[in-house]
Amino acid sequence: MRAAVVTFPGSNCDRDLAVAFAKATGRIPVRVWHAETELPPVDVVGIPGGFSYGDYLRSGAIAARSPILRAVAAFAAKGGRVLGICNGFQVLTEAGLLPGALVRNAGQRFVSRWVELRVENDATGFTAGWRAGDRIRLPVAHHDGNYVADETTLAHLEATGAVAFRYADNPNGSARAIAGVCNDARNVLGLMPHPERAIGAELGGSDGAVLFRSLVAALA
Amino acid sequence: MKVRIVVSLRDGVLDPAAETIRRSLGALGFDGVGAVTQRRVFEVEIDGRDEAAALEEARAMADRLLANPVIETFVVEPVG
Repeated sequence: MRAAVVTFPGSNCDRDLAVAFAKATGRIPVRVWHAETELPPVDVVGIPGGFSYGDYLRSGAIAARSPILRAVAAFAAKGGRVLGICNGFQVLTEAGLLPGALVRNAGQRFVSRWVELRVENDATGFTAGWRAGDRIRLPVAHHDGNYVADETTLAHLEATGAVAFRYADNPNGSARAIAGVCNDARNVLGLMPHPERAIGAELGGSDGAVLFRSLVAALA
Repeated sequence: MKVRIVVSLRDGVLDPAAETIRRSLGALGFDGVGAVTQRRVFEVEIDGRDEAAALEEARAMADRLLANPVIETFVVEPVG
């Protein structure tokens, strides 16, 4: 499996995401700068966490209009797998590659802690290493993680199994406690928690590694 | 000419910052404060267009960048 990691001005989890991909695949991911207009020939593209463009306007809004995102959208349209984590999830919603939006946490505070999640859908290339209903632990670190969408969209997400992860103890006010969603084609996943920060006991947990191993298996 | 674009959260989208401001106004002794609404206001200079064309362009700017239609609505108006 070949992976690329996109870096925007203000990204700060790009290195961690590259390490997680490298650990799972045995290959160093290609690093792609936001101003580039084409992706290298890869199987999966990671959009990392951080504060792209200083979170100006809305979190992820400027990055979603950057040159590389046009290439990422074309890649996704052809079935390429795209993983957006934290700010990357915000970027993917702003780009229209995932439904909904992420707004300020209901409690107004930045939340940085480990949370428990429930795996809702194990029938995706990102989550097949779990069983639906599994409880996992991943860290969150965000100010704008409150997932919102209109009722029609939420009903569609629930009915089609697009909700990939749900918080056990909703830390940010997200609608239906949604922590991560897929697109209809299941080749794009966004989530607020950080699987790339949970890939080994020395980091406090290894549940996140399952996501990267699932991708490797799906693309083998 | 200058065009103003006012972006508002859609009804039903919680604005925790506005709620915090409302509570703070109450703490300062302003009684009778009901709902508080924050909006984002952009003023954009657009050269070489008549008013109708400038407003149309401003709407396109809001559609494509300044507002997120999932959570926000907008209005445009000429300034001055």
